[in-house]
Parts: sequence; structure tokens; C-alpha cells
Amino acid sequence: MAVVTPDILRQVASLARLRLEGPALAQFAAQLDEILQYVQQLQAVETSGVEPTSHVLPLSNVLRKDEPGACLSQEAVLGLAPAQQRPFVTVPKVLET
Amino acid sequence: MTYEPVIGLEVHLQLSTATKLFCGCPAKFGSPPNSQTCPVCLGLPGVLPVLNERVLEWGIRTALAFDCEIAQVMKFDRKQYFYPDLPKNYQISQYDQPLAQHGHLDLGLDGRTKRVRIRRIHLEEDAGKLLHEASQSQTCIDFNRTGVPLLEIVSEPDLGSSDEAYQYLVELKAVIEYLGVSTCNMEEGSLRCDTNISLRPAGDSALGSKVEIKNLNSFRAVKLALEYEAKRQAAALGRGERLPQETRLWDAKGLKTEPMRSKEEAADYRYFPEPDLVPFVIDRQLISRVGEALPELPAQRRRRYQEAHRLSAYDARVLSQHRAFGELFEGALRAGAAPKPVANWIMGELLAHLNAHGLEPEEVKLRPEWLAHLVQLVDEGTLSGKMAKDVFAQMLERGVDPLQLVEEGGLKQIVESGALERIAEAVLEANPKSVADYRKGKTNVLTYLMGQAMKRSQGKANPQQIAELLKHKLERVTP
Repeated sequence: MAVVTPDILRQVASLARLRLEGPALAQFAAQLDEILQYVQQLQAVETSGVEPTSHVLPLSNVLRKDEPGACLSQEAVLGLAPAQQRPFVTVPKVLET
Repeated sequence: MTYEPVIGLEVHLQLSTATKLFCGCPAKFGSPPNSQTCPVCLGLPGVLPVLNERVLEWGIRTALAFDCEIAQVMKFDRKQYFYPDLPKNYQISQYDQPLAQHGHLDLGLDGRTKRVRIRRIHLEEDAGKLLHEASQSQTCIDFNRTGVPLLEIVSEPDLGSSDEAYQYLVELKAVIEYLGVSTCNMEEGSLRCDTNISLRPAGDSALGSKVEIKNLNSFRAVKLALEYEAKRQAAALGRGERLPQETRLWDAKGLKTEPMRSKEEAADYRYFPEPDLVPFVIDRQLISRVGEALPELPAQRRRRYQEAHRLSAYDARVLSQHRAFGELFEGALRAGAAPKPVANWIMGELLAHLNAHGLEPEEVKLRPEWLAHLVQLVDEGTLSGKMAKDVFAQMLERGVDPLQLVEEGGLKQIVESGALERIAEAVLEANPKSVADYRKGKTNVLTYLMGQAMKRSQGKANPQQIAELLKHKLERVTP
């Protein structure tokens, strides 16, 4: 049974602010479904004796001192953005007035 | 039918650490836009966040102050949402293994204690600041705030009125101020809060549909929004409507709540464990060390002021509202003053001065021993009550010891009888009609003559002495 239906995809696309319409919906739903089915092979692994974990590394408690380090310059930060209006990064208007 | 409100609060506090939650950028407020960022807080590919140890310590400190159970193991999770204030398109927060849970905050409400349960306290990173200028076609972003450490304190829906919600916020803020972990400044955004409210028939235990209210910029706004919402919901229920579970925004100008557009509401955060941060096993020794270093908290201080200094519950409450008030009060006592007069100066003149100028107690140049000196000057009769108030105002304005003000300003009260005698005589000579009236039996003109004497002495005459002198003179000479 398909995990990703066109309806589910429409919802995910809208949360991700992607415009997906028409035949593309069915096409991508099928492709995403294939990917998930592929990953689902992992379900076959016997895990009854394995402790659950949120992390694969045998590490915990990595901390740093509350001491300031270097920042990027405003110049450099604005240069990374697709659009800017010094001293701000700009995006298309978020709130309607 | 009568309904009762069921209210819960979510408070976000910015911790006043030197650096951000997961990187070494300064967490300072008010720097030039986009000058405090680095590849970690901008979410550039390939970077690794590392937890600030002071955030963990201060988180534990706060959780202990609210009597929470601290997690054995806590972890961070990604909360996905798409909004331009978030450069990574997810926020690092805590979902199912938060720092602490199951605490409480006790409120003193007109002689009874109300316990408000704290559901959880968790750590998360702040987002950037968006500026929506009406005139511009663009939204401007300042990423300085991105990654600043936030502590979210979530209460259970234990509050039964807008007043209780207000008191909860006042008490919570006082606790945080005592802990010194946040500046709690709503204008600068270091304290933010959302609230939720539902109504149910009075006495019922089932909960109604919960409405969340956002965009609350002051404790007063919280109170007004809750009052408005309780009325709105009661009216709708009274008409037999079913209320939807929804998020509404407070409109501070129109004094009403408005539904958020459903598009903004369709949130599905798809939390999953943050793979870039390892879990944290919280050392029990660290917890006891932090616990031992906890300062006295407002509730303990209130109790002590009532017991050790015989202050009323009300006085103790006002004095413990701000840590700075307590420091002034206790410092003045150490300098030899009695508790009640010092309390009165703080709760009266000082509080009025702060309110009139919109100042925080820490912003005032006032030393505890100056308060003690002022009390002493009044006790000795060097200053009248009226003069002491003038001295108090000057003391705050100039930041000078009252002893010095009295010396340099010739502010000493006139108590020497020869000088008072001359003032009394001059007043009687200048007001023959009043003198005649008094002698005809209209003894209430004495008040007027007193006023004249005080004016002539520029407020420096000792009021009791001058009153007696005037009376004596008026009654001695018979027409």
C-alpha cells in the first residue's frame, strides 16, 4: 500500500511552501513512495535486543564555555543572502497590510 | 449559565548569557543588525552546534527555583517550520525529553496561597527579528537574535482568572529577577508570553475548546486579552455556538482578539531528534551544587520580612517584588534604621518616582545608607515630613547623601525658639483680620496662619512648635 498519496504530498508541499500541481503531484508521490518503501526494508532487521537511542555516537555532554568567539562581518553575512538592503537581509513581504 | 475560565501560560525568557545557545556569537541586545552571527547560527552547511554550559546551569537553577524534577537525560529536537526568521528552516528545541518537568509556583492571593503547577521547562533557540515596514515591499531580517538561548516555562491550566494570570506573571518575573538569569524586559523581548484560555460551566471538571492568544506585549495586555476572551467565549457559548480550537492574536489598539488566518495555523512541526547534538546526562552533583547556590527567593523573603521585621503581608509583598528593593531595605536596616519607616520610603516615594519616570529599581542612584540617614534626620527632628520628601527627591535626582544635602542646602528644620518666635510674630502682624477672627472664636483660621508661617520659613519651621507658638500668642493677648 502506498505510504505517500497525492493528498499527503499536497499537505507536505504546502508546509514546505512548494507549488506542486496537476500531474506532478502523482509523479512525485510515486517517487517519494518508492524511496520510503526502500528505506522500509530496515523494518526487517531484528531489533528486540537493541536499546532505543536518539543518537548513534557513544557520546554525551559535549559542552562549551560561555565565552565569545568571532562573528562574521555584516558585509559577509549580507553577501550570503540572495537579496539585501543594508543592514538587513530582505525577503518578499511576509505580512499583508 | 455561569462559566469559569481555565487559563494556562507559556513564558519565554531570553537568558542573559554572554554568548548564544550553540555558538560563541554574543547574545547582546541592541547591536547593529546582522553583526552578531556566524556559520552555526546562520545554519550554513557542515557546521556543528555545541551547547553553552552556562545555559545548562542556569536552566537547572531556574528549574530548581520552581521545584521541578530535573531530567536524568535530556536531548534536543528539531522543530520544522518555514518562516524567514529561521535561517535553518527548523528550530532546535526540546520535545519529549525536556530539561525539567512537574514543578510549581505558589502565589499569595489575598491571604490564601494558590499553587500553580509548572508542566515543563525546556531550552530552545530564539529566531531572528523580522521588520515589516508598511511602506516597503520587502520584509527585512536581522539575524542577531537567531540562536540566543530561550527558556520556555509552561504552566498547567491552573489559573482561574485574568487576575490570577497577572499575579502569576508578576511572581514568575520576580523569581527570575532574583535568580539573575534574565533581564525580563518585555520591551526588548527578553520576556515574552502566550496564554491559552477555555471556558467550562462553573464547577465542571471537563475542559472546553482551548484558544491560544499570541502577540501579548505586556502583563497588562495579557490581563486585558484574557478578560476580553472570557467575555467573547461566554457570549458564544450562551448563543449555543461551539467554539473551535484556534489561535488568536491580541490587537492592542482595538482591544480585541482576532483569529489568525488558518494558513498560518496549519502547523505540523514534525519533531525529530537533533542529530548534530548528543544527549545530555545531567550530573546529580551539578544539580546539588546549583541547588546550594540558589539565592533567597521572593516567597522566602516575604516570610522573613513578616517574621523578622514585623512587616505586614502587603508591605512584605511590595518589598520583595524587586530584588533591588530588598537590598535597599536590608542595607538601610544594617545602617541602623527601623524597618517600618524604611519600608514606607521605598513603597511610597521611591515606587512613585519609578512609576512616574518609567524606571527599573536598578536604574536609580540610591544607596541603602542614604535611606537610613533620611530616616534618622526625620527622627531627630532635623527635617519635617514635608522637607524630607523634598530631600528624597533631590537625593534621587543628584545622587547625593541626605546628610550632605542638609548641610549644603541649609535645609535644617528651624527648631530654635527665637527664630520661630520672629516668624510667628511676623505672620500675626501681617494678618490682623485673621487674628481678630480667631479671637472672635473662629479658631479654624489657625490652619491658614500655620500655612503662612510655613511659607515664610520656606517650609523649614518645625510644624508642631510653630503651631503651638501661634496658638499661644493668639490666646495670650486679649482684645
